[in-house]
Amino acid sequence: MDNVFELQNVYKTYKNDGKEFTALKDISLTIKEGEIFGIIGMSGAGKSTLVRTLNRLEEVTSGTVSFYGKDLSSLKSKELRKVRHSISMIFQGFNLVNQRTVIQNVEQSLKIIGTPRAERRAKALKMLEIVGLSEKANQYPARLSGGQKQRVAIARALAADPKVLLCDEATSALDPKITNEILDLLKKINEERKLTIVIITHEMSVVEKICDRVAIIDDGNLAEIGDVKEVFSNPKSKAAKKLVFPSNPFDPSDESGQIVRIVFDGTQSNVPFIANLVEQTGLKVNILSANTRSVGGIGYGQMIVELPSRAEDRQRIIDFFRAGGLSVSEVNRNE
Amino acid sequence: MSDYIKDAILTGVWETFVMTFFASLFSYVVGMPLGVILYSTSKGRLLQNRGVNFIIGAIVNITRSLPFLILLVLLIPFTRLVVGQSIGTTAAIVPLTIGAIPIVARMVESSLNEVQPGIIEAAASMGASPIYTIIHFIIPEAMPSLLQGGAINVATVLGYSAMAGVIGGGGLGAIALQYGYYRYQKDVLWTTVTLLIIMVMLIQELGIRLSKKHRKT
Repeated sequence: MDNVFELQNVYKTYKNDGKEFTALKDISLTIKEGEIFGIIGMSGAGKSTLVRTLNRLEEVTSGTVSFYGKDLSSLKSKELRKVRHSISMIFQGFNLVNQRTVIQNVEQSLKIIGTPRAERRAKALKMLEIVGLSEKANQYPARLSGGQKQRVAIARALAADPKVLLCDEATSALDPKITNEILDLLKKINEERKLTIVIITHEMSVVEKICDRVAIIDDGNLAEIGDVKEVFSNPKSKAAKKLVFPSNPFDPSDESGQIVRIVFDGTQSNVPFIANLVEQTGLKVNILSANTRSVGGIGYGQMIVELPSRAEDRQRIIDFFRAGGLSVSEVNRNE
Repeated sequence: MSDYIKDAILTGVWETFVMTFFASLFSYVVGMPLGVILYSTSKGRLLQNRGVNFIIGAIVNITRSLPFLILLVLLIPFTRLVVGQSIGTTAAIVPLTIGAIPIVARMVESSLNEVQPGIIEAAASMGASPIYTIIHFIIPEAMPSLLQGGAINVATVLGYSAMAGVIGGGGLGAIALQYGYYRYQKDVLWTTVTLLIIMVMLIQELGIRLSKKHRKT
């Protein structure tokens, strides 16, 4: 598979009132054709800056960003505009022209590339059909809900047949139900059109739902990159752990008690591990938190449990879980 | 009021209308592009250019800070050059236009400034050129505000046109001055003032309606 984007040692420094602020520090990564690539991080981590280097809305301070092997910073403004026809973008705030109808908004991207009027209208209508908003063609954006506005933005972004879609917090302003609908739509488009999608988000749930690979950005650094399943079940960096595992909602009842995290994937999710543990060993654990999520269609679960204070008992419990194929890791209370 | 004066007032209404209409039209022909240039060359905008912005900004500020009455007098030679005479309705259109241009320019600039930066970013991400972005994204999005500003500008030109009476321009202003002020005919004075107020209100109302019709948010 071709690399759509290739970033090498990308730095971005802003100068403001003589003060320097480095938003991106030595980022190197590749985004492959046809994948859904997630970029996740806390707000202010630099992910929005990072995505804007991909279409050169932000210039990099040093390093290179290549699009299909072409160094973006070498392009003259006219060439850059042409490349941007292949890299479309949707935003958290939708950014539709409010004084124009839905269909006029969708047509805009076609008008920019010089599509003749009749063809433009037909194509725009087809795009609206794909996003399920045909009947809203002649309405103004103000009459639409947030989810509908984002659908219009998606139709506008895809009308000119781009190769890549960049999504900058595209679902952050939407409620969970609408977020899911938009993500389903993106997934569908990704599969049907073989469109490469880059998703910027601060929500792990978004990444889990549709991304193939994920990069975790922490304070301008690339903390971790890999398959979503891998990063989810076995996060290595501190930033990744923080995103994957929610902080402990409960303190352990016993100060000296040991806390461990158990992660299981879909293959074991139908086995009642805790019940089996009690039945077979007679030992009890205190469940501090537990949840399951679906990552790329496979159920993943994690549980944070407090073990009994006797070292011998602890070991038996850990051995029991490991024997069942679960991954067990100790939780540092100050994490 | 004698029939003679009634006729004069009617003519005055027409002349005021003609002066206001043409001066507004011409001031937009020049002021609108100037406003667009002021907007787009300012810091952080699409065609950022400090030099151009500074020069146009300075010219606009200087013409705007001159009292209109002074401008009227200063422009007499220029008016004569353009229309061949310096008194009358046609002649008054010249200084009215010049006086309104900087106001229009600043008004247009401030309307364009209201456009959300996100829309401009979206246009850039689609590969739109700066000029294309201004014509197809920024100006349409600013249209309701531009129309509202337009009504204010036309009303200002109307008010200025009354002042043109001082240097021999026609219209209601001249009548108010000649009959009402110099000849103490208070009824003429109040009639003309009332008519001017009605005209301003009509323009304002029309502007608000147009703007509302266009505002889709």
